[in-house]
Amino acid sequence: MAAAVGAAGVRHEPARAPWVDRHFRWLLVAPATFVILLVGLFPFVYTLLVSFQNITMLEEDTSFQGFANYARLLSDTRFWEALGHTLIFLAIALPAELVLGFLLALLFLEKMPGRQIFVALIVLPVVVSPIVAGATWRLLFDNRFGPINQILSWIAGEPVTILWINNPTFVYPAILLAEIWQWTPFMFLLLWAALNEVDRSQLEAAEIDGASWWQRLWWVVLPAIRPVVIIALLIRGLDLFRLFDVVWGLTRGGPGTMTETISIYTYVVGFQQFETSYAAAMALVIILLLSAVVMTALDRVAIAR
Amino acid sequence: MRADRGLGLVLRMVAAFAALLFFLFPIYWLFMISFKTPDEIFAYPPVWWPASLQTGNYAVLFKDGDVWTVWNSFVLAGTSTVLAMLLGTMAAYSIARFGTGGKHFANWIISNRMIPPIAIVFPVFLLFVKLGWVDTYHGLIVLYTAFNLPYVIWMMRGYVQDVPLELEEAALVDGCTRFQVLFKVVFPVVRGGLFATAVFTFVFAWNDFLFALILSRSQVVTFPVQVTHYFGGQSNFWAKIAAMSALGTLPIFIVVATLQRFLVRGISLGAVKG
Repeated sequence: MAAAVGAAGVRHEPARAPWVDRHFRWLLVAPATFVILLVGLFPFVYTLLVSFQNITMLEEDTSFQGFANYARLLSDTRFWEALGHTLIFLAIALPAELVLGFLLALLFLEKMPGRQIFVALIVLPVVVSPIVAGATWRLLFDNRFGPINQILSWIAGEPVTILWINNPTFVYPAILLAEIWQWTPFMFLLLWAALNEVDRSQLEAAEIDGASWWQRLWWVVLPAIRPVVIIALLIRGLDLFRLFDVVWGLTRGGPGTMTETISIYTYVVGFQQFETSYAAAMALVIILLLSAVVMTALDRVAIAR
Repeated sequence: MRADRGLGLVLRMVAAFAALLFFLFPIYWLFMISFKTPDEIFAYPPVWWPASLQTGNYAVLFKDGDVWTVWNSFVLAGTSTVLAMLLGTMAAYSIARFGTGGKHFANWIISNRMIPPIAIVFPVFLLFVKLGWVDTYHGLIVLYTAFNLPYVIWMMRGYVQDVPLELEEAALVDGCTRFQVLFKVVFPVVRGGLFATAVFTFVFAWNDFLFALILSRSQVVTFPVQVTHYFGGQSNFWAKIAAMSALGTLPIFIVVATLQRFLVRGISLGAVKG
């Protein structure tokens, strides 16, 4: 009690402080904790239970099945392919967004006419609903009335009719372009803000000492913005791991299952094939996989500091 | 890192306009399609500028009542934002001032934010079926509130830490109860942060697709879900897709444009003060 008030540094309460005051700090966190647990913990435990049963659309078999669903997952090539697709998107989009965002941040670092307006307009894709972004790029990539094939036709000098969404060769570049379009501005905005906070006097000192532009970038700027780069990569990496909306808007995982991500596959199993228990096992494995990734990432961040 | 004047500036302006073109063209194309006639939408080669800005595509949405889904989005995002801000700021205050629950509690809260939505929504769906909450306003409101709470607590903790302790002490000495201190001293001081954080919780809920797709049927359909309803097997109703997307995107653009200065801190989870 005394510790509670003392920690706040406010003042020592008299011994007969009202009940409300004595439990004040717990009263404040209780409602939020309750809501998070309602949506987080209880369903999690229930899902754990369901994943050991065999509930499908056709039958509600609640007998204990052991690890049958998990064993099935191990040999389910479609799941591992979906994980592979997800990692491909992650491995290409994340570095691309980082590099492009950094180049943009450098471009707008120095004063130039209309800089604030440029920045304000360039960040707009970030707040577009990802499903709308997917739909928009489907319009752009349309093989007949989309502008992208039209522009390629002008460059090639002959009609180009690429089936971007249906052709296995072109569907990945199409999705990646949409993804990079939407989230490069996110990287740009964070890195731009971080670059603006880099200590000018250090840069000037380095310049006086004869450091070249590249040397200053490498030895002064990059170390200074490193924490922000790590946070940005963590946020975007987690987003890409759960990629759903843009792909759904563009291809729904097609052609066939070529662009299916783990989020899309789980959705298909749970809500189109109604294999409730199997989807439950899948959802739990995703949480486990992600927890491992997050732990590793957080460890790295801790080491970096 | 000083860029040279003259030629350097010209090159940078060229690059800036190229970037602007790349990032704005898709948005231009979406809004432009929404004003095209069906003939223009399906013209080959594509029409780059519609002959006249006709609003027939929007009129259809209003006539059929599809625009109702934008209102649904507004109700769900608005209500869940108010709830998440209220409960989240209270919890954030307790954590920031009293260190409630210690470091692990704070970390547990932000880790909730990192779970993929598909892994959250599947268990929640099973729970909501049992409770009869599927396709109800309160179901989605509770879900959005819970999903946004970790973000609100994380962000508001940073803002509350900036409030001078002397203000609260003075209020306590003047005889305010602790609740009065919170609502009459702390909330007004952090209102800038409240505003900035609320914008992002609103945008998260407004733009959400997966939760709404799974937990709505016909009553609480939101605009992103409605957009995908226009995707047909053979033909896509591009006029409706574009018009509905534009209706759902424009309000967000206006809100974000007016709150530009909060953007950086908001999307970086507070890592960059901006």
